[in-house]
Amino acid sequence: MSDHHTHDHHGHDHGHGEPAVHYSLKDYTTGFVLAVILTVIPFWLVMGNVLDPSTTKFVILGFAGIQLIVHMVYFLHMNSKSEGGWNMMALILTIVLLVIVLSGSIWVMHHMNANMMPGMGDAAAVTGHGPHDMQ
Amino acid sequence: MSNTNATFPSASGGAAAVREYHVREHHPEQGTLLGFWIYLMSDCLLFASLFAAYAVLGRNYAGGPSGAELFDLPLVAINTAFLLVSSITFGFAMIAAQAKKLRSAMLWLGITGVLGACFLGLELYEFYHLIHEGAGPSRSGFLTAFFSLVGTHGLHVLFGIVWLVVLMFQLAKHGLSGENMRRLSCLSLFWHFLDVVWIFVFTFVYLMGVLP
Repeated sequence: MSDHHTHDHHGHDHGHGEPAVHYSLKDYTTGFVLAVILTVIPFWLVMGNVLDPSTTKFVILGFAGIQLIVHMVYFLHMNSKSEGGWNMMALILTIVLLVIVLSGSIWVMHHMNANMMPGMGDAAAVTGHGPHDMQ
Repeated sequence: MSNTNATFPSASGGAAAVREYHVREHHPEQGTLLGFWIYLMSDCLLFASLFAAYAVLGRNYAGGPSGAELFDLPLVAINTAFLLVSSITFGFAMIAAQAKKLRSAMLWLGITGVLGACFLGLELYEFYHLIHEGAGPSRSGFLTAFFSLVGTHGLHVLFGIVWLVVLMFQLAKHGLSGENMRRLSCLSLFWHFLDVVWIFVFTFVYLMGVLP
C-alpha cells in the first residue's frame, strides 16, 4: 500500500528523492590532481631508488594513507554528516575490524615463523614429504 | 510507516499531512545508499583478509621467482593511470547526470567503461604472461596470495563494467529518472571504492614487492 504510493510520487516528481550529495567539478579536479601527485611520488621513489628500501616502505605507505583520505573526501564525498552520520559509523567500525584482522594476522604469523624450531623444513624433506610442504 | 498510513486517509486534503508524508517517504532513497555503503564496508573486510594473507605469504617464494623479478612497474603505472583517469571520468558522468545532460553523461560513462576494460585487459595480459613464464598461482605461497588478491580486485572491476553497461541501457531506455540517479550514485561509490582498493594493491603488492 505505502510502497505503491512511494512509487507514484517518484513517477511524476523526479528531482525530489535524489541523494543529498552534490557532485561538483571543483571537488573532482582537486581530488584528481592530488591523487596523481600522491601516485607519481611513490612510483618515482621506488623506480628511481631514491631512498634506502626500509625508509621507502614507510614513506610509500604514508602516501597511500594520504591518498585514501583524498579519495574518501573528494571522490566518495565522505563527511561526518552524510546519511545522518551512519556512513561514518560504519566506516569507523570497518577500520577497527580491519586493524584487528591485519595487525592480528601479521603479528601472530610473524611470531609463529620466528618461534618455529630451526631445521624443521629440512626434517620434512628428509622424511619423504615434498619440499613444498613447509613453504 | 504504519503511522503514515493512519494519518494519510484521514487528512487527504490537508497540505500539512501531505508534507509530512513526503518527509517520511524520504528515507527509503537514502536507505539504499547507506545499505550499499555497508556492503562496501563488508567488501573492505574481504579485501582485508586477502591483504592479510598476502602480508603473511608474500615472501614465501618456495625457491621460485620473487616480486622483484616478476613485476613490471611501468605496466603497473599505466594500469594505475587507467583506473585513476576512469575515476574522474565517472565523476564527470555524475556531474553531467546531475545537470540532466543525458547525452554527455552517457558519453562519460562510455569512456569510463572503456578505461575499465583497458585496465582489465592489461591485467589479464600480465596474468597470462606470468602463467606462461611458469609463475602461476600454484608455484609458491607468494604467487597464490598475489593471484587471489589482484584477481579478486580484477573480478570486482569486471562486475563494475557489467553493471555500467547494464546501467547505460537503463539510461537509454528510461532517462535520468530518480531510480536511475540512485543506481548511478551506487555505482559511483562502487567504482571509486575499487580505485581506493587499487591504491593499496599497487603500494603494498607491487611497489613494496620489488623492494628487497
